[in-house]
Amino acid sequence: MNQDILSIKIGGAAGQGIKSAGLMFAKVASRSGFNTFDYTEYPSLIRGGHNSMQIVISKEEIATPIKNVDLLVALNRETLKKYLNCLEKDAGVIFDEATNTDSLEFKAGGNKFPIPLSKLAEEAGNKELFLNTVALGGLTALVNADLTILKELINEEFGDKGETIVNKNYLAAETGYNFAKEHFADKIRNFLVKTDNVSPKIIVNGNDSIAMGAIAAGLQFTAIYPMTPITNLLHILASNQEKFRYVYKQPEDEIAAINMAIGASFAGARSMTATSGGGFCLMTEGYGLAGMTETPLVIIYGMRPGPATGLPTWTEQGDLNFILHAHQGEFPKIVLAAGDPKEAFELTMQAFNLADKYQTPVVVIVDKDICENDQTFSHFDFSGYEINRGKFTTVAQTDYLRYKIEEDGISMRTIPGNGSYLIANTDEHNETGYSNEEGENRKNQMQKRMRKLVTCEKVDMQEPKLFGPNEADLTIVSWGSNKGSILHAMKKFENVNFLYINWISPFPGEKVKQILGKAKKIIDIECNYSGQLADLIRQKTGIEITERLLSFNGRPIYPEDIIEKINKTITG
Amino acid sequence: MTKMEDLASPCNPTWCAGCGNFGIWGAFKAAAVQQGWDNLNSVLVAGIGCHGHMINFVRLTSFEGLHGRPIPVATGIKLANNKLNVFVFTGDGDCLGEGGNHFIHACRRNHDLTILLHNNALYSLTTGQASPETPHGTKTKSTPLGNPDEPFSPLALAIASGATFVARGFSGDMAKLTELIIKANEHKGLSVIDILQPCTTFNKDYTYGFFRENTYQLPQDYDPGNKVKAFEKSLEWTEKQIPLGILYQAEKPSYESQITQIKEKPLIENLVTKRDIQDLFKKYS
Repeated sequence: MNQDILSIKIGGAAGQGIKSAGLMFAKVASRSGFNTFDYTEYPSLIRGGHNSMQIVISKEEIATPIKNVDLLVALNRETLKKYLNCLEKDAGVIFDEATNTDSLEFKAGGNKFPIPLSKLAEEAGNKELFLNTVALGGLTALVNADLTILKELINEEFGDKGETIVNKNYLAAETGYNFAKEHFADKIRNFLVKTDNVSPKIIVNGNDSIAMGAIAAGLQFTAIYPMTPITNLLHILASNQEKFRYVYKQPEDEIAAINMAIGASFAGARSMTATSGGGFCLMTEGYGLAGMTETPLVIIYGMRPGPATGLPTWTEQGDLNFILHAHQGEFPKIVLAAGDPKEAFELTMQAFNLADKYQTPVVVIVDKDICENDQTFSHFDFSGYEINRGKFTTVAQTDYLRYKIEEDGISMRTIPGNGSYLIANTDEHNETGYSNEEGENRKNQMQKRMRKLVTCEKVDMQEPKLFGPNEADLTIVSWGSNKGSILHAMKKFENVNFLYINWISPFPGEKVKQILGKAKKIIDIECNYSGQLADLIRQKTGIEITERLLSFNGRPIYPEDIIEKINKTITG
Repeated sequence: MTKMEDLASPCNPTWCAGCGNFGIWGAFKAAAVQQGWDNLNSVLVAGIGCHGHMINFVRLTSFEGLHGRPIPVATGIKLANNKLNVFVFTGDGDCLGEGGNHFIHACRRNHDLTILLHNNALYSLTTGQASPETPHGTKTKSTPLGNPDEPFSPLALAIASGATFVARGFSGDMAKLTELIIKANEHKGLSVIDILQPCTTFNKDYTYGFFRENTYQLPQDYDPGNKVKAFEKSLEWTEKQIPLGILYQAEKPSYESQITQIKEKPLIENLVTKRDIQDLFKKYS
């Protein structure tokens, strides 16, 4: 048992309120002055099937799931069956006293916490509805957390459903809490003790933070078709549209989504769409349309395992090659990849500026684990952010050339309706925008478009970050949500550093080459089958990384696996 | 005020001699002059096909998009700036083949768009394959043994899907077509005009003579408010029995009129500024 970390896993049937209970408990921890990270596993179902949520709690910043579970909260028998044999001996198990435990093998002999969950829930008003709240009460007692914080959260959560519901939930939480205090007094772990002067924190996942980033950056139009893992992004944007005066439009498909977003952007709106791999397959033609017509567009890309429908509700980083090579022909692509919800917030805001500045689509890649895993953060500070719409005017232009050849590749953009005569053309076009098939014109327009990427590389591209010491025995290279697991694993080593890449296109090849060129040993860590980032690095720098830790089972790469790999590589 | 010379672009039409697109082009420009459509109030969106070249020949702000996709682009433009007249130029392959899904849903939502459906019953830019409008049995390059597919009525589909202004014109009757285009644009909601258009190069059946012979104007006393009757009319396609005019018109709130965010002014008239999101943080604490 790690004394600095508390790892809780809540499991049950889909529909038992695993996610809401878990998130509520994460807030209890956060309001007590702790950091939290939660990781949810669920099948692509609404009712039935098994759901679980792991909540990792630490005084220090935490951004990864871990394999170890200190306390299992089993809301049904299946959860016990599924996880009992994975638990360490000293782990605790909260379960319903009424559960038939015949043929179940408790390794955690001394830390069994049977609570009459369904009985107490029934007494509170409903055997099924309040079961998770009783369990939360028991959990609160067993880690010595503050019951008043839990009640405060219940009030906030259910307040609009009326006093009766709040009171029934209070009762459920209290009876669970009291039962545990009374029956397991000697087993209480004195962990989640509220500290004084807790600064206000937020618990958000990537969907939350991207929505906030888009709203903060002045989003005016978005069209998104539902698809895991970005569906909740759509929900948040749809529910806030009147308040912040932008428009969310539900399209008939992803083709419509990207074309609507392009239309709105052409008309002058800050515009965004979001999807996952299957949806992006449908969007690729529109992706090129934005590139060819030089229409700014932010595309949020939430990866999940493919191909086809794949594992809809699990995680993977298998789409890097696809995103970089989507669409026929060539156009300037700006592709960024976030490693956690905060970075997703920042890159989303930046993406709007980059899209406007370079008049081209900007993709922000996140993976399912960023989209749906919640993490504790201080309130995002974006006081330094300034809206930059680039070469853009709403004033009428005479003798206007939409695609004027410019040294930096960027022509002045204006919008319909101000008197300017403006053409956006999917056909190759001349400077005005008229279709033009002459070879020399094609060459000039292609070079003009591609020069935008050169400008972006000089002006805006950021260098990759090197975590850990400058000189190390081993260098890890990775991207996306693996960042949290890697940084966690690195705490065990003094001689390991980590090159974290979040600008994918344009690619900071020189800096990567400089760092990896002098590395003694390199491990590439990715959640895909082939090591797509490592292949990209070879393409851009000539450096071949042969040591690769790759996971493509839909699950995250755990710090434990990384530690093992580092040890093997260093000694090997 | 818009004058005919204001609409002249430096590009000459590239359509074949006698192409039905000339008539649609002329009718649209005549309507633009009559109504004062200009670069302050109008935008044109086109798909891909012979019709799509039109944007090069009219000096009005335009967006030429992808094959089958002009409707969603136009939808985005209208939602971002609902003050604009948004005209969609699309073909039978573009709108009913590749873009059929968008057509159905645009009708269903009653977006305030004017769709001009250039219908020559063929894919002509790719040199003459069967389209969703090609009659059963017709031999084309893609149906050398005769077309085994049945065509469908785009107007029946429009009515069934919820469009609120459904009309048919003929490119050979510019005066009437001009009138229809003006009425379609004045209508608040989704307007579609199915425009019968000869393809002089590839379609030897649907000639000017055929359409003159077989079409008729709906009589003065025809009631376009009767949906069932309109549906019946939309399915009429027999010798001398192809109706022209407004088949169906209904008053229903347009999509855009229901969106509170754009009631006072278009989205794009709000300056893009950094927003305060402190309120959102509360929910997550």
